[in-house]
Amino acid sequence: MRYESPQTIEAASALLASEAGLARILAGGTDLLVQLRSGMVEPDLVVDVKNIPTMTSIVEENGGYRIGAAVSSAVMNEHADLCAMWPGVMEGADLIGSTQVQGRATMVGNLCNCGPAADSVPGMVAANAIATIVGPNGRREVPVIDIPVAPGKSTLAKGEIVESVFLPAQVKRGGDAYLRFIPRTEMDIAVVGVGVNIELDDSGVCTHARVGLGAVAIKVLLVEDAAKALIGSKLDDAALDKMAAATSAACKPINDKRGTIEFRTKVAGVLAVRAVKIALERANKRASNGGEK
Amino acid sequence: MARNPDADSAPAPKAVKTSTIEFDADKAKTFKVVGSRPPRPDGMDKVTGRARFGADMVMPGQLVGLILRSPHPHAVIVSIDTTAAEALSGVKSVITRDDFAENADHHDVLCNIMAREKALYEGHAIAAVAATSKAVARKALKLIKVDYQILPHVTDVDLAMAPDAPLLHADMITSGVTPAPTKPSNIAGRSEFGHGDVEAGFALADVIIERDFKTAATHQGYIEPHACVANVGADGMSELWCCTQGHFHVRQVCASLLGIDVSRLRVTASEIGGGFGGKTTVFIEPVALALSRKAGRPVKIAMSRDEVFKASGPTASSSMNVKIGVTKDGHITAGEGEFRYQGGAFAGAPADFGAMSAFACYALDNVKTVAYDVVTNRPKGAAYRAPGAPMSVYAVESVIAELAGEIGMDPIELRLKNAAREGTKSSYGPKFGSCGLVETLEAARDHPHYSAPLGPNQGRGVASGFWFNFGGETCSTLNINADGTVAIAVGTPDIGGSRAAMCIMAAEELGIPYERVRTIVADTSSLGYNDTTEGSRVTFSSGMAVIKASRKAVTEMCNRAAMIWDIPAEAVTWEDGHAKPSGANAGEFEPMSLAEIAATASKTGGPIAGHHEYNADGAGVSFGTHIVDTEVDPETGRVDILRYTVVQDAGKAIHPDYVEGQFQGGAVQGIGWALNEEYIYGEDGRLQNAGFLDYRMPVASDLPMIDTVIVEVPNPGHPYGVRGVGETGIVPPLAAIANGVSAAAGVRLTELPMSPPRVLKAIDDAKVAAQ
Amino acid sequence: MSGIHVSTKINGDAVEFVCDVEETLLDVLRDKLGMTGSKEGCASGDCGACSVTVDGRLTCSCLMLGAEAEGHDIGTIEGIAKGTQLHPIQQKILDHAALQCGVCTPGFVVAAKALLEKNPDPTETEVRFWLAGNLCRCTGYDKIIRAVMDAAAEMRGQ
Repeated sequence: MRYESPQTIEAASALLASEAGLARILAGGTDLLVQLRSGMVEPDLVVDVKNIPTMTSIVEENGGYRIGAAVSSAVMNEHADLCAMWPGVMEGADLIGSTQVQGRATMVGNLCNCGPAADSVPGMVAANAIATIVGPNGRREVPVIDIPVAPGKSTLAKGEIVESVFLPAQVKRGGDAYLRFIPRTEMDIAVVGVGVNIELDDSGVCTHARVGLGAVAIKVLLVEDAAKALIGSKLDDAALDKMAAATSAACKPINDKRGTIEFRTKVAGVLAVRAVKIALERANKRASNGGEK
Repeated sequence: MARNPDADSAPAPKAVKTSTIEFDADKAKTFKVVGSRPPRPDGMDKVTGRARFGADMVMPGQLVGLILRSPHPHAVIVSIDTTAAEALSGVKSVITRDDFAENADHHDVLCNIMAREKALYEGHAIAAVAATSKAVARKALKLIKVDYQILPHVTDVDLAMAPDAPLLHADMITSGVTPAPTKPSNIAGRSEFGHGDVEAGFALADVIIERDFKTAATHQGYIEPHACVANVGADGMSELWCCTQGHFHVRQVCASLLGIDVSRLRVTASEIGGGFGGKTTVFIEPVALALSRKAGRPVKIAMSRDEVFKASGPTASSSMNVKIGVTKDGHITAGEGEFRYQGGAFAGAPADFGAMSAFACYALDNVKTVAYDVVTNRPKGAAYRAPGAPMSVYAVESVIAELAGEIGMDPIELRLKNAAREGTKSSYGPKFGSCGLVETLEAARDHPHYSAPLGPNQGRGVASGFWFNFGGETCSTLNINADGTVAIAVGTPDIGGSRAAMCIMAAEELGIPYERVRTIVADTSSLGYNDTTEGSRVTFSSGMAVIKASRKAVTEMCNRAAMIWDIPAEAVTWEDGHAKPSGANAGEFEPMSLAEIAATASKTGGPIAGHHEYNADGAGVSFGTHIVDTEVDPETGRVDILRYTVVQDAGKAIHPDYVEGQFQGGAVQGIGWALNEEYIYGEDGRLQNAGFLDYRMPVASDLPMIDTVIVEVPNPGHPYGVRGVGETGIVPPLAAIANGVSAAAGVRLTELPMSPPRVLKAIDDAKVAAQ
Repeated sequence: MSGIHVSTKINGDAVEFVCDVEETLLDVLRDKLGMTGSKEGCASGDCGACSVTVDGRLTCSCLMLGAEAEGHDIGTIEGIAKGTQLHPIQQKILDHAALQCGVCTPGFVVAAKALLEKNPDPTETEVRFWLAGNLCRCTGYDKIIRAVMDAAAEMRGQ
């Protein structure tokens, strides 16, 4: 196994593209190191991307934020303005592992491992985050939802690296939230995870909604029917019930050591309702602050 | 995030109910040091990282040992080819079953540490290598070719008892059955306890409740994986450094498996990073020794966490039925239970302890319990804190709670009405001596927790529990140093602060400050045989040995003073750390301090020491009662522990901080067992959650403060009244929490763990049933 | 297998070592540098017994390659007491009897110190969540939480 620590993303991409054997990107390493230790993967090349400046910074852009792929969740969650704008996305990332893990783990690593239960992904999906990918053929931009395919399998081609994720500006009366279900209070993998982002008009009618759903299918889902149940409503109980039913209906979970099909399906709807309520509260608070914080 | 708003203002657990103790026939006294809370002698090393645990030892020229483990839960090992591994550069030794001779004394242990004809569980050791680096050792393991013939497997206790179950041992004939069965089975043994006539008793009952219960297997979950360094010399003189609860036991078993005299093997117990019963046996130690013998170099083996889960000794899973009858006014007329435990691939599930302790809290005229010890394709179980009792008591205490509800009686009142007391014939045979169940029940009833209001979806549970406690073979040596300090050697590894307790007891006896006494855990060549740190025996047994050794040293110091003063030894007494003339007739002499006597020892006969060796008896049972408030989320089945109070009889708390610590630690392990911890097996017979990620032990944010009340009903079997406190604390929580959750959820839960999917299903099923 | 040469700083001292790519920082600390205060409890970031700081930020040393330490400032349990002068957290752990076996203690000390540097006045809930990645199987956490709260109060001068 070789270890490389390039200074530019182009160099990193070239290393990955030219490796004949198995190559792995090392950002936070909180998944990769576990896989290495257990013998699950035995790469020939590990490319550490933490010395690439564009991947380790948070930059304000068009009212939103561009977050480098190697920025740890702890650093992200110390960015007050980012947390104020996208509290749901930040909470999702903040729920990954322990304080210790937070110091290393990255949202993009979480995304690119393509685990269906990745805590930071439903929130990014709900926020319609866009990933910037650099590869042998240059740059491209892809919505986050289009990256995972199945556990450990993504749409990234050989040599491609996600450089950053862009979270657009939140609207004046917009709010997001992420809730997950775990048996303990910390340190578990999500049994169900729901990310919600909603926008309301001045009369309180929901004009836009996105619901991201984790741990209930082969990959994180965007539940359009759940969004439809909310749009046009004032998020009254009837709309929420309909949204919960749509969320549960979208679940295609499995029985495993973390939960049953029955449990995941039901709790997905329960959490979706709770998340919308939090997002609504945040949207209203944001509006009362004039669209800031 | 904040789910426990009251926690910030929780009171400090400092309440100690004290009583004046004067049952020490030798010396009635009020305590000066006992009951204080000084810092522990090993504390400084542990907060600075200086303390050396199992994996922290390095011997010159040390190799890395790794073990190849079976991926199959049940398979015949047709052949093992180690040629390629042995040929790999850097490999210094490879061992298999062929490197260990048959051993009648330790047959099961031998088969467990290195599989013989069959692999009996996933993770069973098949071969081991010692190499110059971990990377080489890993490579070598991959080069070992094992030909397995896969057999059908069974991991569930009830399925394993079925007549057509896959058979683990062709020669296993159930013991305790007359006439003996003619065919082998997976039932290693049956045992029965009780007295009276349960059928007649049930006929007198107004209400009878009978229920089935199940509990999952759990692991002790010590944070330090098993680790050892073995060094076998060319002349066979061997040393072994390991984390163990019982280095004398390790020496005995390892010497036997290696075919050497115990005198050739010196075992040193490292600092131990938790054990809870799980480090009372051997797993890697004989393997490391065999590798070292073959390689001629020291070998270190440290288990990975995955290996700890798959190949050390978890506790049993259980399947149980309990039936109890009660009159309308709360008299329990009969209790009956059957307890089926699987303890992994070899005999030894603690079903008998379960059956014995199930009804121990009650004075019953009619009681009968039956235990089945069953083998399955799981790792061989080891002891886990009050082995066997938490499960059976969970079943009994759940039914007791339900009966109290049925007859409309407060559950503590019902328990008090039927509580075992001094003189009660216990459900397992002997009569109880002095014991404190009633006192713990009364203290629980009177505790503010018991009458605090509850909110919606919240429920309060109560349960009592019992553990026998043990004594056993023990010895200790105490040396008076020339500078007036004192050095104590005990042979019981310190797993939770016992060295502090030893220092306290010696300081009490000698009348000197705690700081002048130092206790070490001596290696097996430096002290006589000591039984393992288990059975809550150390503060009791080693403590009593230290007290007796102190008294012998005191006698000698009085002799020395008598010699100096030239008066008869009988005319000298020991008081407040000084030898004094016993009265006016003895003569007028200035009292001599311990330090003064020690300083002149070279002129009065040489070093002064005390030693005591014995087989400790009279450990004294310990009872406890726990109260817990739980909250259940009716939409998700999630359970939160809001408030928890442990009330337990300690006899006499030598160092109250560490007594509280035992109560709190036991309660929290019980919380884990009740709510989320479990060994999860797939259809393939493989463990699916061999790591801390999915074996969900409680984390700090899951818990409130754990309030404690130390009740002190002295144990007449110990000079200070000490009872073991280590184990009882894990017995009541399973039932207490089940009772709390059942109250909060409005439906009786009868299977552990009460994980959210299980609780939610019970709630939803009850709703459907009600419609 | 060729080793990687790494220059780093550990507890303020310049340290150089050569490690294999596969070796974690924890392996390097324990096996190469003889700093065995950091413990391996799980090697998967679930127990916190190997907690260290990297440029002041709390991390599991089992989740980091030794090679990644290049140019960084590592803090371990061995660097927390100044000579015989214990850090208040260490002292309070002793005072509160907030350890039994003590194998998790170094990790708790490192983690709690990082907490109090970031948040000198945490609530009990904040302490509990910050320390959720540090497993203790002996104490039930009660006395540890009290010790950390008490150390925080003392460090604030209360």
